[in-house]
Amino acid sequence: MSKGFTPSPATPGVITANDLRMGHCVWMRDGKWTADPREAELFEDEAIAELALLDATSQAHLVVGPYLIEAKRGADGRPEPAHFREAFRRSGPTHRHFKQAEFEASNV
Amino acid sequence: MFDARPQHNDQHREYLRHRTQQFRRQVERRLDGSLTEEEFRPLRLKNGVYLQLHSYMYRVAIPYGALTPDQMRMLGHVAERWDRGYGHFTTRTNIQFHWHKLVDIPDSMEALNSVGIHSIQTSGNTIRNVNADAFAGAAADELEDPRPWAELIRIWSTDHAEFQFLPRKFKISVSAGKQDRSAVSAYDIGLRIVEKDGQRGFQVWVGGGLGRTPYLGQVIREFLPQADLLPYLEAILSVYNLTGRRDNKWKARIKITVNERGLDVFRADVEEEFKHRRQQFSGLDQEILNDLRAQFAPPEFLDAPVEGYEAARAANGAFRSWTDTNLHPHRIPGYASVIVTLKAPGATPGDMSAEQMRLVADLAERLAHGDIRVNHDQNLVLPHVRKADLPEIYEALRAVGLATANFGKITDIISCPGMDYCTLATARSIPIAQDIAAHFRARGLEDEIGEMKIRISGCINACGHHHLGHIGILGLDRAGVENYQITLGGDGYETPTLGQRAGAGFPADEVVPAIDRLVDAYLELRESPEERFIDAYRRLGVAPFKAALYPADA
Repeated sequence: MSKGFTPSPATPGVITANDLRMGHCVWMRDGKWTADPREAELFEDEAIAELALLDATSQAHLVVGPYLIEAKRGADGRPEPAHFREAFRRSGPTHRHFKQAEFEASNV
Repeated sequence: MFDARPQHNDQHREYLRHRTQQFRRQVERRLDGSLTEEEFRPLRLKNGVYLQLHSYMYRVAIPYGALTPDQMRMLGHVAERWDRGYGHFTTRTNIQFHWHKLVDIPDSMEALNSVGIHSIQTSGNTIRNVNADAFAGAAADELEDPRPWAELIRIWSTDHAEFQFLPRKFKISVSAGKQDRSAVSAYDIGLRIVEKDGQRGFQVWVGGGLGRTPYLGQVIREFLPQADLLPYLEAILSVYNLTGRRDNKWKARIKITVNERGLDVFRADVEEEFKHRRQQFSGLDQEILNDLRAQFAPPEFLDAPVEGYEAARAANGAFRSWTDTNLHPHRIPGYASVIVTLKAPGATPGDMSAEQMRLVADLAERLAHGDIRVNHDQNLVLPHVRKADLPEIYEALRAVGLATANFGKITDIISCPGMDYCTLATARSIPIAQDIAAHFRARGLEDEIGEMKIRISGCINACGHHHLGHIGILGLDRAGVENYQITLGGDGYETPTLGQRAGAGFPADEVVPAIDRLVDAYLELRESPEERFIDAYRRLGVAPFKAALYPADA
């Protein structure tokens, strides 16, 4: 398991990586990649997560450095980050500068 | 103007064209699956391309921090065309673009090459971008211009076949003033131009470096004749290449080699190697140096009355404050060097928008002999400005938010990108810097406090040089929460000192109150307004400041 983390129903996980061509953060769902972290698949079973991570690793033509990381199940059932590093990966830089707002508005 | 610099000659352009074509093909091969990420990663790193938290980061070298207006305009163009409209200047006088796409980087690289700049050796275990005093060629206390030497080192070290796979990265800095402004004690090799018996030479420092095991450099040669510089550098690099540890990344820097083996043993090996290396240098390096000296000839300084400048100072308090704070003495009467701090209230330290880059390029071209420097405080310098032109420059800078009068003050904070961008970071640093700056700006205490160097790093790798801050702040991850250790008493310049950790760390929202208590204690304890924080700390020791930081323990 990546980074020593083993998912369970109490501590589910998500698989994340960076897009090879563009570099932005992506999350795995059903063997595919999404830029929306709320769409990420929550893994609660170690064996299933291991298989999914193998699948992710095999997609080196699409993503760089996939890893499994702990997440929380939010009130709406969607995944939320368990650690502040992953929260910043979701949100982008936590300070505002120059044209950042424009880029966020255009969802680049 | 410096368009005749070697960076701009045909041979250099052809070399860059070849390298960029090579990298373009490497990107194509990665995208079509011919190269795995493991194969591609060292290739992209050799060209300054990192994958950070949210995007690829493209690091571009600015040798000895010197830029022409055309180069600055091109940085602005790259920022707008292939990034998000801004760039981030670093303590190593590189610029980092934090939002590049891999597929765009060859085009961005090619555009930069068109004005002679590049990203070669901005990563990897090679000799990195060479640093020098940002006031080179202008400072009143300078023995000679260090840029020809820095450029000679750049030419020699670029693609030097023997030193492409060193045990670890390697950084060199050159200083030429009576006062060290290049923090030579914090570099793998630091060079100070000195004089002895009427002869110029170098005082050579070795083994400095910060990171998780910080060391100040030690003097390996008190006086090295100038003509021996490159063979002596080769001797040091060669001994390090053979004896530096490769079994442990964290013990591979030359600072560990020197300290594990002992300076005397290391020096003996270097001196022995130097005998052989010296014979291999036939004098071509000195011929190149002479050409470089001609190419770095000073601009044609102009006589200009300073009455208008004095009148503007008398009439405009904000201008007077800016000139009191953001000027550095020039060797030519009627001239000054201007520090353009990239530390406006609320700004990210070191960040600059494309609009600001264009404005500074135009100003430099029109009013500052076409010369721009980046310094390791993450600020810019216009080294040659007639005082008569300062009112116009000030108003132009003010219009784009670049006339903050805070050079060397508590709001002029060095900060690494931290966890807002960096994959290595363990905590954020930019918001901490912004909060501290906003707080002391609001309290109106910048001038009252005087010189104060706050340095913030978002991890133990110490890119924000926290060990050298009068107040250093190190961001860590403590059980999933950002936590900040404070170090006190660091200094990278006239009295090189590593700051000492004061005690337990603080949660993010307690950092500003902690710094506030430190500052209040200093204001209370100092003997006079002339006694700086660092002076008071040296006089009194850590105890009263520790008591201020941890009042519950007092």
